[in-house]
This record gives sequence, C-alpha cells and structure tokens, in this order.
Amino acid sequence: MSTNYEDRQRGGGGGYDNDDDQDRRPMGGRGGGRRMHRRRVCRFCIDKVDLIDFKDVRLLMNYLPERGKILPRRISGSCATHQRMLAEAIKRARNIALLPYTTD
Amino acid sequence: MSNNKRQYEVVFIVDPTADEEVSRLSEAFAQIITDQGGTVTKNEVMGKHKLAYEILHHKDGTFVLLEIEGSGREIAELERRMRVNDRVLRYITVRVDEDRRRAEKLKDRRARKVAKRPERHGGPSRRGPAMEFAVASDE
Repeated sequence: MSTNYEDRQRGGGGGYDNDDDQDRRPMGGRGGGRRMHRRRVCRFCIDKVDLIDFKDVRLLMNYLPERGKILPRRISGSCATHQRMLAEAIKRARNIALLPYTTD
Repeated sequence: MSNNKRQYEVVFIVDPTADEEVSRLSEAFAQIITDQGGTVTKNEVMGKHKLAYEILHHKDGTFVLLEIEGSGREIAELERRMRVNDRVLRYITVRVDEDRRRAEKLKDRRARKVAKRPERHGGPSRRGPAMEFAVASDE
C-alpha cells in the first residue's frame, strides 16, 4: 500500500516537477505532483455510504497511512460527516486490535 | 426516544490457543444473553486474525461477533463475564440501533429526493453540489 499522501490523489496533471520533492521521495516513480490538483470530493458521499463499519478493515486501511494516524480530511477530501464516522470507526477498530494505534 | 429494543454489536477476541473452545464460548455468551431476556440475532465466528498489536503477549486471536437485541441490561452481565474470562483477550460493545436508524433515514431522504428531482427543477438543480465545490476549493 502506498502511503505518501500525494500518491493517493488519483488523476490530476503531473504539474510541477519539483526538484526537492524528488529528493525527498526517491522511491516513488511519480515525481512532482506536489501541488497537484486535488480531487476534493468525499468518496463516501459518492458511494452513498451511510454507515462506516469498524470491522471493515480493508476500507479503513485506506485512511490509515503507514504511521497509523488517521488521514486528515484535507488530504482525503472526505466531508465532515463522513470523516467523523470514519474516525469513530477507526478508533473502535484500534480498540480491538484490528488496526494499530501506532506503527514504528 | 422510542422504547424500541436496543441493538448492539459485540466483538470479542478469544485466545487462539483455545480454538476448540471458541464455539462453546460464544454459545455460552449467547445463553447468557437469552437468560437475561435479550435475543441474539447473529453469532458469527469471524475467524483467526493477526492482531494489530500484542495483547497479553498474543500476536493473533479469534474474533467472534455477536449481534444482540435487548434492553441493555444483558450487556452489563455479558461484559462482566467476558472481563472475568481469561480466554477473552478483548471485547468491544457498540450500540448500533441509532446509527442504523439514522442511515435508514438518510437513505429514505435520498430516495425521495431522487424521485422528486425531475419534475421540480428540471435540469439545473445542481445548486447544492456546485456550492459545495466552490467552498471546498476556497479552503
């Protein structure tokens, strides 16, 4: 799973091929894209999700980058309602060891 | 609020070394619920999974899901039993009826909206979403 925040943004033009960006992430094949246009739409709204299940680890993992922190909404583009549901679900999942609190 | 029965989801983790005991345990817990006047709507072993972190030096555990309907008092008894039981590494109880009702409501509202939309404004009833986008990009 890719965990660079920028890598999550699908589509969007490559834009700036920033040098220091390249230096910072030598592994990622896609340089630049730092100021890529973000797809700022809530995925859950599109899929018409009314309930986020804390047992759905597959789904929740998408919002938990490698460090184990909850992906902020400014990155994922989730709406407030769904971000709240998501955060709640992640916290529940952490409690029963489906998801990590931290990883290092 | 309504005096409907409350619905709960209880997930608990059983020591994987006590694998034969899992079904016995979940049966026993279901029995407790029914004794207390609740009903078990679902009793499902989710299988053995790796734990995201160690609990009492266990690296994996067997997850069991119980769905319960009742007044809420049987939960107290169930949790007490689970706390005492060494085989149960961890449990979590989530009340789900309110969230489910809310989800149902949202779904209904959406269905109504879709049904209504064509004759109301015709084409450009896009004001809602368009506004949202504008706000989002301003942030």
